[in-house]
Amino acid sequence: MADVLFTGTQLAYLAAASLFIVGLKQLGSPATARNGNRLGAIGMAIAIVATLLDRQILGYRDIAIGLAIGTAVGAIAAYRVAMTAMPQMVGFLNGLGGLSSSLVAIGASWHAVTALQPMAGDQNFSILLGIAIGNVTFSGSVLAFAKLQGILPGGPVVLPFQKVVDGLLLVGFVVASGMFLQDTTNLPAFAIANLISLILGVVLVLPIGGGDMPVVISLLNSLSGLAASAAGFVVQNNALVVSGALVGASGLILTQIMCKAMNRSLGSVVFGGFGGGTSSGARGPETRTTKEIDSEEAAMLLGYARSVAIVPGYGMAVAQAQHAVRELADALEKRGVEVKFAIHPVAGRMPGHMNVLLAEANVPYSQLCDMEDINAQFENVDVALVIGANDVVNPAARSDRSSPIYGMPILEVDKAKHAIAIKRGMSKGFAGVENELFFANKTSMLFGNAKEVVAQLSAALKQL
Amino acid sequence: MSESLIAALFVFVLASFTGFEVINKVPPTLHTPLMSGANAISGISVVGALLVAGLDREPSLTTALGLFAVIFAMVNVVGGFLVTDRMLEMFRSKGG
Repeated sequence: MADVLFTGTQLAYLAAASLFIVGLKQLGSPATARNGNRLGAIGMAIAIVATLLDRQILGYRDIAIGLAIGTAVGAIAAYRVAMTAMPQMVGFLNGLGGLSSSLVAIGASWHAVTALQPMAGDQNFSILLGIAIGNVTFSGSVLAFAKLQGILPGGPVVLPFQKVVDGLLLVGFVVASGMFLQDTTNLPAFAIANLISLILGVVLVLPIGGGDMPVVISLLNSLSGLAASAAGFVVQNNALVVSGALVGASGLILTQIMCKAMNRSLGSVVFGGFGGGTSSGARGPETRTTKEIDSEEAAMLLGYARSVAIVPGYGMAVAQAQHAVRELADALEKRGVEVKFAIHPVAGRMPGHMNVLLAEANVPYSQLCDMEDINAQFENVDVALVIGANDVVNPAARSDRSSPIYGMPILEVDKAKHAIAIKRGMSKGFAGVENELFFANKTSMLFGNAKEVVAQLSAALKQL
Repeated sequence: MSESLIAALFVFVLASFTGFEVINKVPPTLHTPLMSGANAISGISVVGALLVAGLDREPSLTTALGLFAVIFAMVNVVGGFLVTDRMLEMFRSKGG
């Protein structure tokens, strides 16, 4: 009987893993994405039910309560979160996944100690891996959440002697791990290994911030998968190993895409701060002038253009201006102006951030253009309207070899016939470099809060 | 290394390659949903949590650790899938 049950459970896990693979595949294409997500959810339900049926021990009541609490909290969070808060939400969920994997490893280890059933050496190694990855994911995600939510300053914070601190922590973790492997009942060593891995997550994310956040978010996503895999090694469960590996791989691909979109290596994002601050302050105070216009003038430029490209950036997300932007786009289209949205892959604070916001505001998918597509068209664009984007439209990335962002693929707004840039002030972008675009002759600056300014533009457009 | 660990390692590596193959070439619009959908799948640790919660016959620290892991993983699973669905619904409702 037990054999049949075991086989049944394992086959259910196999079915779940297959559903995850098909689901992820379908998530990669707009037509099937929603169905893919559902397949994933069905796979998860199968895995959970199979596990519950397989358990031959009492205690269902507590487990049911645990499942119910988790479900309720998850559902409420999912329905209440604002789309502008999606980066935090993803960070928050990543963190819980990591914490859960880490608790699985700790629980299994504690059981081995208290039940006097010591595990094999390699399994103890898995436990260490599980707590290390799980804890780093947890504390790193908590920190990322705090930065994105504005609880902590969002920019990078580099500790003095950062590399020394990192090194010491790593050594400490290895030593504590060694002591635990020697004697798995050595609780202090185990506790210290846990503590150090929690601190490691903090020091890993602390020096990363601002425009590098998309990399961190997708990296933590990848780690949360690896943590689940490691927990799978601990409890010897293939469902965890497979699913964790899938998520780990997908997160890694996204991380790579983000790094490529900034022309930076993962190493330089995680360990580098930004470009080591080489040329940013080298030119002394800025003496060039910008050309400023008001919203009436800007509305006139936009209203009488044939084609307009809107370039959203993090500033649009901060001001929650996506609905106002959509209204402006509608008003322009009503006048017969062709409107497109130019989306840079790393604009915002997580992969695909701008797409989510514009989708929330009901901007049609056909209006959104990827970087490659729109760059080929900028020469035919009459007015490029930059809303709260900075580094991703800085032509220095193409021309200035000494610039920290040199080589980063950009939206070639400077090739449009006119550019209007909506900005709160003349502050520099995340990379800390001046933006040539804002000083160019054909660029006009429109200062103010993105949401208010865009609403003024719509209003002024009606007066034309 | 034990045989079971070797087997698990094979599974891990092959699944990783599968993941790379399956997810390559995703359009930017789907980056966020893909990430949060994958994130929900990483909540599979709920299975490990259920196993740990059931290890001891009497309530113990192990049980408690397992139960907390169940709660956290379940938030991850339910929150992840639902929020992804919410996003994808928006993507579709524009009739594109």
